[in-house]
Amino acid sequence: MGAVGESIRHRRSDFRAGLTGRILDVGLYVLIGFFVILLGTKIGDHGPGYFQQILFFALANGAIYALIALGYTMVYGIIELINFAHGDVFAFGAFLSASLMGVFGLSEGMTWGPFTILQLLAVFVVTMLACAALNVGIERIAYRPLRHAPRLAPLITAIGVSFFLEGAMFLWKGPSNVHYPDVLPSGAGVDALGAHIDIKAITDWVVAIVLVVSLSLFTDRTRLGKAMRATAQDRDAAQLMGIDINRTIAATFFIGALLAGAGGIMYGLSYNTSVFDLGFSAGLVAFTAAVFGGIGNIYGAAIGGLVLGMIQSFWDGYFDSAWTQVIIFTILILVLVFRPTGILGMRVPEK
Amino acid sequence: MNWLRRAISTNPRKDRDAAVYWFLVVFAVLFPLFAIVISGGSPSFWLSFMADGGVYMLLALGLNVVVGFAGLLDLGYAAFFAIGAYTYAFLASNHLEVTPLQTSAHVPFWIVLFVALFVAAAFGVMLGAPTLRLRGDYLAIVTLGFGEIVPRVFKNAAVWTSGVNGISALDTPQLPFWIQGPWSGDSFAFVTNLKIFDPLGYYVIMCLLLLLAIILVRNLQHSRMGRAWAAIREDEVAAAAMGVNTVQAKLLAFAIGASVSGFAGTFYGAKLSLVSPENFTFVVSITVLVMVVLGGMGNIPGVLSGSLLLYWVTFWLLPGLPETATNIANSFGLTSLTHTSGDFPGIGEYISRLKFLIFGLILVVTMLVRPQGLVPSRERQQELTKGTKDDTIIEDIQAEVG
Repeated sequence: MGAVGESIRHRRSDFRAGLTGRILDVGLYVLIGFFVILLGTKIGDHGPGYFQQILFFALANGAIYALIALGYTMVYGIIELINFAHGDVFAFGAFLSASLMGVFGLSEGMTWGPFTILQLLAVFVVTMLACAALNVGIERIAYRPLRHAPRLAPLITAIGVSFFLEGAMFLWKGPSNVHYPDVLPSGAGVDALGAHIDIKAITDWVVAIVLVVSLSLFTDRTRLGKAMRATAQDRDAAQLMGIDINRTIAATFFIGALLAGAGGIMYGLSYNTSVFDLGFSAGLVAFTAAVFGGIGNIYGAAIGGLVLGMIQSFWDGYFDSAWTQVIIFTILILVLVFRPTGILGMRVPEK
Repeated sequence: MNWLRRAISTNPRKDRDAAVYWFLVVFAVLFPLFAIVISGGSPSFWLSFMADGGVYMLLALGLNVVVGFAGLLDLGYAAFFAIGAYTYAFLASNHLEVTPLQTSAHVPFWIVLFVALFVAAAFGVMLGAPTLRLRGDYLAIVTLGFGEIVPRVFKNAAVWTSGVNGISALDTPQLPFWIQGPWSGDSFAFVTNLKIFDPLGYYVIMCLLLLLAIILVRNLQHSRMGRAWAAIREDEVAAAAMGVNTVQAKLLAFAIGASVSGFAGTFYGAKLSLVSPENFTFVVSITVLVMVVLGGMGNIPGVLSGSLLLYWVTFWLLPGLPETATNIANSFGLTSLTHTSGDFPGIGEYISRLKFLIFGLILVVTMLVRPQGLVPSRERQQELTKGTKDDTIIEDIQAEVG
């Protein structure tokens, strides 16, 4: 349920039964245990509430990664392409919404009411639709003509599109960090569990949960969602069954970019800054998250994003942040060694 | 020498690959003369430029073994390049004195070339052995992760690598002792004090390294192992069923690709006399991958010409564009375009901001026009013809029905 192309994938236990599988699983648990103990030795170092604060921040951070990772995992699930441009669509969302805030009458330090929420909602809708249109355009121009080309050809165009978008955003806003309007009421939030939960974190959680739930309802319950799952499973057979492949793939890109656009706004609102090559670094981590959760699997991507966001924030909070990326990618490699299909991944049959 | 006889006897007009080889040989020989002519007697810049280009050609050649022959996608190839360069930096400079070891080593360049080759290959095996069980793109992700880890480790482990500043003042390569002698005095322009300072020296070394690498890779391609790679690339399950040891073959492809990269890294470090973690980022891996795919995966002449072309575009054409545009604007009398006015930063600056964008466009357009690469291999071209893949058959049926 929920995973794009899930039904082709047997359950992991089918092929990982046996001694090797168990040893590798134990290895994974040892790894997780090691990380938790390492963290445990550090928790006492800071004052009360520090851990909770980092935890809330980490969950918000993870929610953003989860939304980006969903786009990667959906596109990969359906056409087996690492969509390098996806991270830049996310960055485009951040840039565009920064400009839209003023257009929709939102500014820093304004008073909040029910109407302001509608204004913010409008920014979300317009940005998400613009990102979606952009992504569908990219698919139409750069990927669709290469559907029967050698597998690496669309990968190269994806890289090309990524460079193109970064170049365009560079032209638009220049090389340095761009300030993102801090429209959410500053300091507002809830005190819980011995720490202050900022309104920013709450916004991130709410948006992410709403979007992930509606996405999973969409893929499970609607005709288009069913078509997407069928296309991911076997494109030719789906086509023979009368599914419009091009429309289905375009829809996948559309939905993926909706989420990325929302992620861009959330990033902007949370960090109040953005830069033209933001999509590169964020995209790399988000893609790692998608693989971590088992690429092609929607819940996997959401959990992977959450986990990676937490690893990143906790490492930044308790250890040397210069090593954060190293840790993230080391964990990625180890996870792939111990559980090659990711945390929730199913086995992809050998074709 | 069979291949040499064949190479001489083939008709370049009929055999495109041979034509490319011949062009490259003639180009390599004539380039120094050409450089003297266009630079008016001081060809240093051009020779040095082409020697650096040779580094990318070597890298593309090595990545071609992994991606083109064995069909494994490697997105972190620059990591092995970095390992090669840092091997030279550690073994041939005073740097180890400031590390906890406190003794420096000065191993000759020629020996480090092969040491780095084995070190890089060893790292390739270390990364490959546990992960080569992974299929397709999962391997790509592991290599991507490795490519991100290695430069960051070099950057963060400042005690050993002096961090962002990198390691500088690496040894200048010397000619091996058996070349030294009364004949190696000042009369040889590129041998000064038995050390190689002149770019022509580096140019010649690069040509020799390339020649060596091309012969090695070519022979590998036509060997038993090369056929095993092709089998794995086309269908891993079928290859395994036919008795190919797929793990061993993939590991070997990985190691050989890495070792060529280590080779290139040593040369790069020696020529630049400086290694810094900034030189081995993801962009390098991507550039080399693009060179391979753009030139024509799995085809050595294609990869060589692709890397040469793309090197020229990314390192000369695009950086030079702003100046060219300014000159053109001036020559047409549009001087107002060349100055800053309001939001417009002047055409030179504007074009230099366009660089990314133009490079992206070039990638997209060339792939759309020629997805098989500039000089694709014959086998690949035949695979791409209609009727050999199920996808295309269905389109045919659709065309007939509809």
